[in-house]
Amino acid sequence: MKSRNLIPYLQAAPLAIVLFLFLAAPLALVLVVSVFRNKLFVGLVPAFTFENYFSILTNAVNYQLYLSTLKFTVIVLAVTMVLGFWIAYFLVFHVRSLLIAIGLFLVCTVPFWTSNIIRMISWKPLLGREGLVNTALINSGVIDQPILWLLFSDFTVVLSYVHLFTLFMIVPIFNSMARIDKSLVEAAVDAGASRWKVIWNVIVPLCKTGIGLGSVFVVTLVMSDFFVVAVMSGGLSGSVSSGVFFDLGILNYPRAAANSIVLLAIVVLIAAGILRVVDVRKELTG
Amino acid sequence: MSKKQAKHMSKKLSRRSVLKGAAATGGLAVGAGVIGAPTIWAQNIKDITINHTGMSYSTIIEIARQASEDLGFKVEMSVTDHTGLINRMTNEPTALDVADSEIWQTKAYVPQGVTQAVDISRIDMWDKITPIYTEGKFAGKEVSREGDAPFEIMYRESKDATSFHDGPTDWATFMPGVYNADTLGIRPDLIGRPIESWAELFNPEFAGKAAIQNIPTIGIMDAIMAMEAAGFQTYGDRGNPTREEIGATIDKLIELKRAGHWRALWNSFDESVNLMAAGEVVIQSMWSPAVTAVRSQGKNVEYVHLKEGLRGWGNGLALMSHLDGLKLDAAYEYLNWYLSGWMGGFIAKQGYYISVPETAQSFLSDNEWGFFYGGREASDVITSPTGEVTNQAGEMRDGGSYEDRFAQVAVWNNLMDEADFLFSKWNEFNSA
Repeated sequence: MKSRNLIPYLQAAPLAIVLFLFLAAPLALVLVVSVFRNKLFVGLVPAFTFENYFSILTNAVNYQLYLSTLKFTVIVLAVTMVLGFWIAYFLVFHVRSLLIAIGLFLVCTVPFWTSNIIRMISWKPLLGREGLVNTALINSGVIDQPILWLLFSDFTVVLSYVHLFTLFMIVPIFNSMARIDKSLVEAAVDAGASRWKVIWNVIVPLCKTGIGLGSVFVVTLVMSDFFVVAVMSGGLSGSVSSGVFFDLGILNYPRAAANSIVLLAIVVLIAAGILRVVDVRKELTG
Repeated sequence: MSKKQAKHMSKKLSRRSVLKGAAATGGLAVGAGVIGAPTIWAQNIKDITINHTGMSYSTIIEIARQASEDLGFKVEMSVTDHTGLINRMTNEPTALDVADSEIWQTKAYVPQGVTQAVDISRIDMWDKITPIYTEGKFAGKEVSREGDAPFEIMYRESKDATSFHDGPTDWATFMPGVYNADTLGIRPDLIGRPIESWAELFNPEFAGKAAIQNIPTIGIMDAIMAMEAAGFQTYGDRGNPTREEIGATIDKLIELKRAGHWRALWNSFDESVNLMAAGEVVIQSMWSPAVTAVRSQGKNVEYVHLKEGLRGWGNGLALMSHLDGLKLDAAYEYLNWYLSGWMGGFIAKQGYYISVPETAQSFLSDNEWGFFYGGREASDVITSPTGEVTNQAGEMRDGGSYEDRFAQVAVWNNLMDEADFLFSKWNEFNSA
């Protein structure tokens, strides 16, 4: 009898061990270091101090950085959500052949066959001062001065994020949409609902889990990024993580760790908020 | 001494080649039933791999290839950035053997005890190394001490000491490697007038067409040079500014940023190449190999000579603590090879100097030596390390001869006492 009680624990053990070794333990270490003191030219000094947190929370720059990162997150979330929803909608409800739908779905992943960096860098010859877009507009007489905000601006950052992360929205939405029983749509139409009413009252509620999961992906990716911002804004916009990166450059681990913990707490809060709105369990078991 | 003779000489000097010869003789001797100790050594050392980790501007695969060929054991290169190097050294010290670090980085890693000091008696050409590093002098004169001048960090008390020693000892913090004096890069074709002062970096004439490097420790030095030249701020010690001075400097950078002055801040040397080559900027912080790279794309870039002086920097090869026995022997062989000439000749073509210039001469043509070290007009085309033409006959290197350049170093790249403050203030510049 006893051994039977043990079985579920044994089954869960491999994942629990992995999570402990590669998530819980490192995180605990970060937490410990975040209350240490750093002495320049000496290194880590074990201590129990909240001065790293204090210096982060009292520095106005950090609020600016969080604000700017949140701004990017909200914009990117809105754009990828709209794009992701309609692309998934098209694939599920408009493409009749399942084979073609899957084929088109795979086409969505084509940009991911190259590295992140290439997908970012390749915007530069297109959008630069002497880039393809500006040259074309100038030569066709539409403008006589190159448009500078095309490259190294918030616009470029959002563009790259959308390009990089829309797929993370498409996949979960496609997944939940594909499970919708088509007869529900027929029933709604028979009951006199217009196309928009069907989408709003039937399809969107049934895709909530997909939208929720996609949002968690996009939020965590944008909030933790520093590379896309640094490269695509031409270093003109900062991000929360760029502060962590700078601190690592002079081995100031305590401040970097404290900053990471604060960022983690905020991301977890946002993710928890999203998951409160949608029940992800339904997605996984349903 | 002819070039050929010199080459022969330097080869003769290398203990490795002597040993290689010994191994060959030893190999013959085996047949005769005599087994010499060097044979065993030479065979064991074949299996050794020395990992050289450093930044992209000096950690170049061709160097490893040549070293492996000349030395008979494997040298491999790992490229990272400044942050990556310092973190790898501290957190995974056994993942690398030889760290190619900047002078100022020693101040961060020496206290961590992750490197062993270099035994000066094992570096054959130590007394030929430029006195910029070993004595703090150049051409008989004191070198600027503003910032982290190489001499200040050059020595340690003992092999395992975790602090610097004031003045020469038998133990070096690292073996001096490549170094240079940096300035601003400009596009003369797009500016159309001479640029002679660091103040031009802030000139509103170049609004939206200027860039500064986004590496706080180095970017701040460019900014300080420009601030002082423009008369916005004076500094007690430009190499170790106070909080107020750093604050005022970065506030100015922010003010310029808000006015749309900066087209971009660049993070890596290839970004600076693209900015310049694509015509996005006409004046910016620049490193010498970036100038070479833009020129080899056929775009005219000038590394301008500014009257306020240059920003010096230097690298050295540090030995990680874990090296011992045969592997440490191999690492010393590599360090000696590094100074024996090939490396100096190779790196000169991207505008850098090697700590023992005289051996490099035998690996450069008279034209190249005259152009890079002598400050003379090129008598023929000058090529980059990879063979692209960078300068035509008749052109001169900016900044004059080796002697002229180093006599004009005003400040050194450094890790300042207020680095923590600098980094958070720099972040403010990024987020403004």
